[in-house]
Amino acid sequence: MPHYPAQLIACHDCDLLQREIPLKPGCAASCSRCGAVLYRNATDSINRTLAYTLGASVLFVIANIFPIFAIEVQGARNTINLAGAVRSLWSQQFQSLSLLVFLTTILIPALELVTMTCLLLPLKFRRIPDGYTIMLRLLRVVEPWGMVEVFMLGVLVSLVKLTSSFKVIPGIALWSFGGLTLLLAASAASFSSRDVWARLARKPDQEAAA
Amino acid sequence: MTDLTASAATQGLYSCHVCNLVSRVERESLPAHCPRCGASLHFRKPGSLSRCWALLTAAYILYIPANLLTIMETGSLFNYRKDTIISGVVELWKTGFWIIAIIVFIASVTIPLFKLISLTLLLVSVQRRATWLPRQRTRLYRLVELVGRWSMLDIYVVALLAALVQFGSIATVKAGPGAVAFGAVVVLTMLASMQFDPRLIWDPLHKERT
Repeated sequence: MPHYPAQLIACHDCDLLQREIPLKPGCAASCSRCGAVLYRNATDSINRTLAYTLGASVLFVIANIFPIFAIEVQGARNTINLAGAVRSLWSQQFQSLSLLVFLTTILIPALELVTMTCLLLPLKFRRIPDGYTIMLRLLRVVEPWGMVEVFMLGVLVSLVKLTSSFKVIPGIALWSFGGLTLLLAASAASFSSRDVWARLARKPDQEAAA
Repeated sequence: MTDLTASAATQGLYSCHVCNLVSRVERESLPAHCPRCGASLHFRKPGSLSRCWALLTAAYILYIPANLLTIMETGSLFNYRKDTIISGVVELWKTGFWIIAIIVFIASVTIPLFKLISLTLLLVSVQRRATWLPRQRTRLYRLVELVGRWSMLDIYVVALLAALVQFGSIATVKAGPGAVAFGAVVVLTMLASMQFDPRLIWDPLHKERT
């Protein structure tokens, strides 16, 4: 367990200056004034987050290739996958909507997974490339716009709506989207950028001893 | 809350919005950059209030077409209907999908309204340098940040249905112009809440003391 010297920390929600205290594993420190969570002692955060992220990447690929579901009516059948939905909206003259769906469910989640992997893998193998901190800043920017979990709920609502007039056949991507939602949540919950900085800080001198 | 200690800004300390490092910066070296991650440093988000007002006003304006225009057109052999957000929820309720109707109502009606009203309240109270209930107002802000993304639900439902239900004269679903306006409202309110700086809620309390 790395031991941090007592450091000043400012609450990101109310700017109150406080002193960091060591935490028991799994505990979180919250601001004494506004109650915002300041930092957590996430257990083994780098390894766990990396594992969840790599798992999520595999599911992400599957979720994008295979059909989400198909519907049947009077012998006619239509199948859909995510890219197909984006393309179809585009061709129906709703370019702005198509772009919005593409960004929030394909591009940004992909960017998030790649950034997270690029952030954690070098840390694991102790080779920090130049411009490494860009990753953390990038992650910060894209984070709010990845909406896989909202999309998942959208898929479920559409399924229910469709069952009243069509025969609905669930596809592989439906299950992978479910798994992806869980893994992304797990990865977000186990990640702690504070641990990344702590690892980076002890790089030069303590690395040999560790 | 009477027991107030110092905020980082009143001590001349910057807290980095990316890596949370608290640092002191020499006056000459402005614009300041974080010594650890290189992000630009500000005591408060620059232009927070005016940017937030601008985005929020745009969201208010688009909120009107988002609710009045159709978001989805459904055509089949037997009937043809145009749905706005509200009529879509009512239709779901009538067909007996109560749980789905409630979920969609919360995501598409309650959350956008809640966000618009909360952000207005926060902006007005900060501009009037109000000192009441800072903790609760900070919590309100955190809630706005937390629930904001879920309004995208209806956009995804429309996108999926419009892409999937393409059976010519048997059944066809088309997105409507209301969906574009609604998507814009969601994005604009998300941007507005990102621009708002909750630390401004606490600043008048420090000023009063000195």
